Amino acid sequence: MKPIVIAKNLTKSYTKGLLALDNVSLTVNQGKVLVVMGPSGSGKSTLIRTFNGLETFDKGEVNVLGIKIDPDHNERKIQKIRKRVGMVFQQFNLFPHLSILENITLAPVHVQKRRQIEAEEYGMYLLSQMGIDSHAKKYPSQLSGGEQQRVAIARALALKPELLLFDEPTSALDPERINEVLDAMRRLAKQGMTMIVVTHEIGFAKEVSDQVLFMDSGKVIETTTPDIFFSNAKHERSRKFLNQLDKY
Amino acid sequence: MKKSQKIFVQFGICFFVISLVGLLINNLTINLTRTGLGFNFNWLFKPASFALAEHPLPYSSSDNYAWALFIGWLNSLKVIVSSLMLATVLGTLIGFARTGKNALLSLLSAGYITIIRQTPLLLQLMFWYFIGFLGFKDNTFIHIKNIIKISNQGIELSGLTLSSEFSALLFGLGIFTSAYIAEVIRGGILSVPKGQWEAFRSLGLSEKKGLLSIIIPQALPAILPGLTSQYLNLAKNSTLAIAVGYSDIYAINDTIINQTGRAIECFLILLTSFLLLNLLICNCMEIINKTILNSRKYN
Repeated sequence: MKPIVIAKNLTKSYTKGLLALDNVSLTVNQGKVLVVMGPSGSGKSTLIRTFNGLETFDKGEVNVLGIKIDPDHNERKIQKIRKRVGMVFQQFNLFPHLSILENITLAPVHVQKRRQIEAEEYGMYLLSQMGIDSHAKKYPSQLSGGEQQRVAIARALALKPELLLFDEPTSALDPERINEVLDAMRRLAKQGMTMIVVTHEIGFAKEVSDQVLFMDSGKVIETTTPDIFFSNAKHERSRKFLNQLDKY
Repeated sequence: MKKSQKIFVQFGICFFVISLVGLLINNLTINLTRTGLGFNFNWLFKPASFALAEHPLPYSSSDNYAWALFIGWLNSLKVIVSSLMLATVLGTLIGFARTGKNALLSLLSAGYITIIRQTPLLLQLMFWYFIGFLGFKDNTFIHIKNIIKISNQGIELSGLTLSSEFSALLFGLGIFTSAYIAEVIRGGILSVPKGQWEAFRSLGLSEKKGLLSIIIPQALPAILPGLTSQYLNLAKNSTLAIAVGYSDIYAINDTIINQTGRAIECFLILLTSFLLLNLLICNCMEIINKTILNSRKYN
C-alpha cells in the first residue's frame, strides 16, 4: 500500500485559543477514498486545503506524494504538489472570462507546457467523460451548477493528478443536480483515483468511501470504515451529528 | 399635491431660474459697458507681445493671442499626457505591491499612498520644483554622460530635454495621481472573488501567470471607471502649473487677462479648452471600456 497523503499532528490556530486544526493525523493510501465529515466550522475544509498549500499550519507536517511540507510553507515544494494534485471547490470557481475548453486547457498548456492541440484533445476527452462535451465553446455562466461542477472536475483532471481533493462539491447545487456530480465522482473512484472528499452526502460516503473521518472543533473524533461509522459510531458526538443529518 | 398646484410650483421654479439668469446677464452687460470693452473676440488676432519659455511649435512675441493660447493648450496637453502615463505605470506597480503577498512591499506602498494622498497637491508641486529641481546642490543631481542628466535645468534623457518646470509638474502630478490610481487598482483586484485566486493556485499556475490571465481581466471592468475619473482629475489639476511657472493654458490665459482685461472671453476659452481636453480623455476611456466589455462573451 503506497501512502499518498500522510498528515502528522497538524495544528493551526486562527486567533489565539481557537484551534482550526488540533493535532490532526491521518493517512490516505493510493486508490482509496476518504470522506471527511463534521459540522460546519469543524476544520474539514481547512484540513484538505493544507494538502495543496492553500492553507498554512502552525505545527506538524504534511507529506503529499512524497513531498514534505512543514509550517515554513515552502513555495517551491507546494508548487510541485499542486501540479500533481487536483482540487474541486464548493463554488466551482471556474474562470468566467474563459470558455469551458479554455478553462480546462489553461493549466496543461502553461504548467505542463503541453501543446495546445494536445491539451484540447485531452480536454475534449475529459468533457465527453463528464457528458458535457457539447458545451466546450460556451462560457461558465451559460451552464447549470451541476454542469459547471463537472467542468471543474474535468479541469482538475486535466493535469492527470494522482490525488483529487473535493471541498463540499455538491453543497452549492440544487438537489436534483447533485447526483450528476456524485455519479462523476463515483466513476472516478471506480477507476482507482485517490480522493479526499469533504461532504455531507451520506449515500455517497456509504457507497464509495473506504474510510470516514469525523471532525469536530478541529479535532479528529474518529476514523473508521463507513459501515461502522453509519451504523455503529463509537462516539457520542458522531452519533449526535448523524442524527441531525438524518432529519434533513 | 393636486395637478394645478404642481403646475404652479413648476411655473414658480421656471420663473426663479429665468430671473436669476437674467440678473446675471444684466450685471454682465452693465459691467462690460462700464469698462467700455464689449463682448468680442477680435483682440485674439492682435500680437501677444509676451515671450513663452516653452513652445512645442514655433512661437515669438509678435505672434497673436490665438496662437499663444494654442501653444498653451499644447503645453497643457503635453504635461497631462506624460504625467498620465507616469501615474498609470507607477499607480499600477504600487497597487499590485499593495495587494501582493510581500509584507514589506505592501507596507511601503501603503505608506506611499498615505503620505501622497494626505498632503495638498500644491505643496507637492512646490516641493518638486523648489526643493527637488531648483534645490540640487552644485546644480546637478545625477549626470551619466550621454544617458541622463538631472540638474536644476531639468531632465536631459538621451537627447530629450525637459525643463525643470515641466519636470516638477510631471513628477508632482504623476506621483500625486499614482497614489489614487494605486487605490483604484487595489479596489479592482479585491473585487475579484477569492475563489479565483484559489482556483488558479490549485492548478499550479504561477502568481504572475494567474494575475495576467485570471485576475487582471476580471478586475479591469471595475478599474476603468475609477481610472477615468483620476485621469480627468489630473487634467484639471494641471492648471496648478501656474504655481511653478509652466506656461500651460491657464497660465497664458491669466497673462492675457492681465494685458487685455478680457476676463469673460478668456474664461470662456479656458472652459472650452478643458471641456475639449476632458471630453477627449473621457471618449478614449469609453472606447477602451466598450472594447473590453464587448470582447467579454460572458456576463
